[in-house]
Amino acid sequence: MNRGRENWQLIGIGIIFLVAVVLVPLLNGLAPEGSFLHISDFQMNTWGKYLAFAILAISLNLLWGYTGLLCLGQCLFFGLGAYAFGMYLMLMIGREGQYSGELPNFMVILGYHELPAHWKPFYSFWFATGAVFWVPGLLAFVFGFFVFRSRIRGVYFSIITQALTYAARLLFNRNEFTFGGTNGFTNYKSILGLPINGPIVEKGLFIGTSIALVLSLLFCWWLVRTKYGKVQRAIRDSENRVLFSGYSTTSYKLFIFVVAAMMAGVAGAFYVPQVGIINPEEVHPYRSLEVVVWVAVGGRGTLWGPVIGAVFVNWLKSWATYQFPEYWLIILGVLFVVTVLFLPGGIISLFPVLKPKVLNLYGWAKARILALRSASAT
Amino acid sequence: MELKLDSPAETKSENPLEFILTIEDLNKAFDGFQVIRDLNFYMDLGELRVIIGPNGAGKSTLLDLITGRTKPDKGTIEFGRGREHDLTKLREYEINRLGVGRKFQTPTVYSGHTVYDNLLLSLQGPRGVFYSLFYKESQEDKDRIHEVLETIRLEDRKYELAGSLSHGQKQWLEIGMLLAQNPKLLLVDEPAAGMTDEETERTGELLLSLEGKHSIVVIEHDMEFVRQIARKVTVLHQGSILREGKVDEVQSDPKVIEVYLGRKHARDAEGEEKPAEETQGIDLTKKEASPTKPA
Repeated sequence: MNRGRENWQLIGIGIIFLVAVVLVPLLNGLAPEGSFLHISDFQMNTWGKYLAFAILAISLNLLWGYTGLLCLGQCLFFGLGAYAFGMYLMLMIGREGQYSGELPNFMVILGYHELPAHWKPFYSFWFATGAVFWVPGLLAFVFGFFVFRSRIRGVYFSIITQALTYAARLLFNRNEFTFGGTNGFTNYKSILGLPINGPIVEKGLFIGTSIALVLSLLFCWWLVRTKYGKVQRAIRDSENRVLFSGYSTTSYKLFIFVVAAMMAGVAGAFYVPQVGIINPEEVHPYRSLEVVVWVAVGGRGTLWGPVIGAVFVNWLKSWATYQFPEYWLIILGVLFVVTVLFLPGGIISLFPVLKPKVLNLYGWAKARILALRSASAT
Repeated sequence: MELKLDSPAETKSENPLEFILTIEDLNKAFDGFQVIRDLNFYMDLGELRVIIGPNGAGKSTLLDLITGRTKPDKGTIEFGRGREHDLTKLREYEINRLGVGRKFQTPTVYSGHTVYDNLLLSLQGPRGVFYSLFYKESQEDKDRIHEVLETIRLEDRKYELAGSLSHGQKQWLEIGMLLAQNPKLLLVDEPAAGMTDEETERTGELLLSLEGKHSIVVIEHDMEFVRQIARKVTVLHQGSILREGKVDEVQSDPKVIEVYLGRKHARDAEGEEKPAEETQGIDLTKKEASPTKPA
C-alpha cells in the first residue's frame, strides 16, 4: 500500500513534468490564437510566477513541515537569489538604458562614474547563476551556524529570522548599499543576448521554472525517504531524544537550512525575469508570512501541500486583488484562520476524505449507465 | 528538617580502573539553590545501580549533569575505565557517542515514526549528515532491530506509529532505543512510572537481563520495583549521598526512613510526637512512592 502511494507521487511528478515542461509551452507556441487550446503569453507568464512561488513554498516546507523550523525569513533568501540574478539583468541593459551609459540607471542618478567592484563579476551569466545558489546559501550557513549552535529554538527561531529579514529590507532600502534602494532593479532588456520579452526567453523561463520545480519535488521526495529525512522528522517530534541519541541536531538543521535557502534563491532567480522587477518589498517580513500561509493552506509536511497551497493562494490573490482589491488581506487572514481551525492538515488532507466519495460517484455513475443500457437493450 | 549527614559510605572498589563512572566533588546550583552538593559517586563496570531519594533530592539533575544537558559548577564526571573521558567538557551528542544512553522520565519516542524506524534511528553507527543521506539498511542492521524488537516484545507492532502505543509500550520502546545504541552505560529515569503491576514486573525482568552486559543506573520511586531489581541502592538526599548499600540495609536505616517519611511524619506528628526510630522497618512503598507517580 505504501509502495503504491510512492509510485503515485512519482507519477504525479511525471505529470507535472509533462504538462509544465512540454504541453504548456507547446500550446503557447503552436496552438493558433483564438483556439480554446491556446495558452496566452500572459497566462504562461502568470503560471511561471506561480510555479516559482511553489518552489519557494517547497523550500519553506523542508524547514517548517519536515523539521519543525518555522522560518519567517524565507523571502530573504528568495530575495537574495532574485537580486543576484537581477544584477546580471541590470548589467545586460547596457547602453539601452534611459541614460545611455554603461552603468545601471540608478547608479547614473546617484552619480557613480564606475561600476562598484562587487558588481563586475555579474557581467557573467554563469557567475550570476552560481551566486543565486551561494549567496543565500552562505548567509544561511553563517546565520544558521550561530543560531542553531546557541540552541535557539521554536518561537525564538521564528522571531530571529523575521528580525533578520527586516534588517535586510532596511539595508536594501538604502541607496548606499548599491542595490537600487527602494526602487530596486527593473526595465530589463535581455538575457543571454535574447530580448527578455521575446517568445524564446518567455518559453525558456517557463520551462526552466518548471524543471526547477520538478527537481525540487524529486529532491524532497528522495530526501524524505533517506535516513536523513527520518532524523529530520524526529527532530520535529522530539529534538531532545535525537540529541541524546548521538545526533548533532545542529548540523542536521544547518544542512537543511542551507539547502532550503538555496532552493528559495533559485525560485527568486526565476521570479525576477518573469515579473520584471525586484525591490526591497520582496524581502518585507509580510512576504515571508504569506509563504507560511501558502504552506499551511496546502498542507505542511507533505510533498504536494506546498505546491497546491502556493498555486491556490496566488491564484486566489490574482482574482481577489482584481475583484475586491480592498479586501485581499482580510480574505488571506480568514483563509489562514479557517485553515488552522478547521483544516489543520491543509487542502491536501481533504483528498483521502474525498477519494472514496469520488469513487462512490464513479461507481454510481457506472451502475446508472449499465442500468440504462440494459433498459434500452430490452 | 535538619540532618547531620555522615560522609558517604565506602564504595571505592579495589581497582579504581574498573569504575565505569567516577563522579567526584560535584556541585550544581540553580538560582542559588544547591541541587547537588559535594557529591561523590562511583560505579563498577557492569553494575546495576538504583538511585532513590525524595523529590528534589537531585536525581534527575544528576542525570542531566552526566549526559551533558547541564554543566556542573564544580567537580568532575569521568567516564570509562581509567577515567578516559571528562564528560563535563562534552556536548550531549558527544557523550552519547561515547556510549552513554539515557531514558527520560516521560517516555520520549518519535511519535510520527513507526516502531521499526524509531529503532533504526537509534541503531549504533555513524551519525553524520552525509552518512545518513546515503545510508542503506544492511541485513545486519535489520537483524539487530529484530533482536531488540524481541527483547522489548514489540515485534508484532513494528509497523505501527510509536505515537499509537500504550504508555508502557512507549517506555519499553524507549528502553529498546537505548539498547539499539548498544551503550556502555544506561541511565534510566523512572522506567516503571505509570505502568501496571504486570508491566512493571516485565520491565524489571528486562533490566535484570541487561545486567552485566551494560552498566545501568536506574532512578526509581517504586520500592517494590526497587526490591525486584536492586543489588545496590544509593539514597540521594539534598544533593548528596545519604546512604549506599543493599536494599534491606538501606530500607531499615533510620536516617533514610526519616528523610523519606519526613513530610508525612510532620503531618502525623501534629498531634503526637513520634520519634523516627519507631517507624523503623515500615514499608516504604506505600509512602513516598505513590504521590510522585503520574496517575
